[in-house]
Amino acid sequence: MPHDLIETLLFEDRIPGGGMGSWKLRRHHTLRITALEDGANVGLMAYNADAPLDRLNLPDTLKAQYTAKLTRGHVLMSDMGHALLSITADSVGWHDPLGGHGHTALVRKKYGEASYQQHRNDWYRNAHDNFLIELGKHGLGKRDLVANANFFSRLDVDEAGLMSFHAGNSKAGDTVDLRAEMNVLVVLNTCQHPLDPNPAYAPKPIKLAVLKTPPPGADDHCRNLRAENQRSFILTERLFAGL
Amino acid sequence: MSTLVYTESSLDPAYAVYDHVLPAGEGWIHEIKLGQTFRILDLEGNQAVDTLFYNAHDLTDRYSAQDTIREQGGIYLTTGTKLMSSEGHVLLTITADTCGRHDTIGGACAAESNQVRYAIEKRPMHSCRDTFLKTIAHSGHGVTKCDITHNINFFMNVPVTPAGGLSFEDGVSAGGAYVEMRAEMDVLCLISNCPQLNNPCNAYNPTPVRLLIWD
Repeated sequence: MPHDLIETLLFEDRIPGGGMGSWKLRRHHTLRITALEDGANVGLMAYNADAPLDRLNLPDTLKAQYTAKLTRGHVLMSDMGHALLSITADSVGWHDPLGGHGHTALVRKKYGEASYQQHRNDWYRNAHDNFLIELGKHGLGKRDLVANANFFSRLDVDEAGLMSFHAGNSKAGDTVDLRAEMNVLVVLNTCQHPLDPNPAYAPKPIKLAVLKTPPPGADDHCRNLRAENQRSFILTERLFAGL
Repeated sequence: MSTLVYTESSLDPAYAVYDHVLPAGEGWIHEIKLGQTFRILDLEGNQAVDTLFYNAHDLTDRYSAQDTIREQGGIYLTTGTKLMSSEGHVLLTITADTCGRHDTIGGACAAESNQVRYAIEKRPMHSCRDTFLKTIAHSGHGVTKCDITHNINFFMNVPVTPAGGLSFEDGVSAGGAYVEMRAEMDVLCLISNCPQLNNPCNAYNPTPVRLLIWD
């Protein structure tokens, strides 16, 4: 195999349940997320790291690909028509783009109170605050919140439009690979899905790996899934024209 | 498609405190006070009205599509839907609806998303997000691009299939259909009366809408 087709592990990290993090992925590096227990959830938002007003837009992502779920082949697109992250591998088959994330009030209503004062690092965290903490580290805030994806979770929508949480969607060892198509700021947290029916506060840990991966070739699956994806890649390449 | 439920309003346009016809392709930004009722009337049918709401006193507290559909447990907006903010507050409640279903998953068209969806050469076509940007640039309310989030498409029909597909169907709205909502706080409303000519969201024929407010 030619050297430039080999993937190289750059680093690994472990995020506990209820945790969070943010990373700048270099173009064509891949973030591999592995669920360490059954029923994990990873709320995720993404931004053009070089110009964060260019940011994940799930409505644009879904309508361009005529989908209400996310899986291998799909591309997370920005509101400026750019490809942010391609889902290049997925052992799950369905990730939720509809359910959003929970706030302080939701966590208190579902699980009760568990303050840091009483419980130290076992206190109950919520996805909204976790997102805001990580956004704040990059000079971003409430006005920069966007609709988030929930990896490893699934919502079913029936003919009447009613939504229900699909139990058992993912298990320990499941992985999803997200390849950056530009320099991307990824902001994520591991709080429970807001519609997770588990009455207990029990967010699950994940492992992250950042890999140096080959750039997509002309025959790339994500690029060629639809003509819309091809055009999104073309617009993204124009960002880097002449650089 | 499931059966749509229609709820009429007894409010008389003769007593409205505000009454304005917004042509296709135009933007509108206006404050609606706590307790006022706001009606959007689809004058000719099948028009998409791309709409965002903000807490008039705190722009960071703004309409959230995901919070709205999750809190009501369903993806379509109609009578009884509470339009939720990103901070978990109720901005407005839909009180009447003679269309029966409105979308909040499909988002607004943009010059760039038109390039992705239809053709690279579509960039010069008029779009909702360009209308939003022009409207907020002239408004003096301090709204900027980062506040242009995921909107409501009143009168638009975007069904999700049980297999997880998304489709854009002909509208379910007829000429004269309206949706009415009560402000649960002082809200700022931003509208683009959609100019889209590439898909059936407005039957390829953008038309005017009438906007009314009652005390």
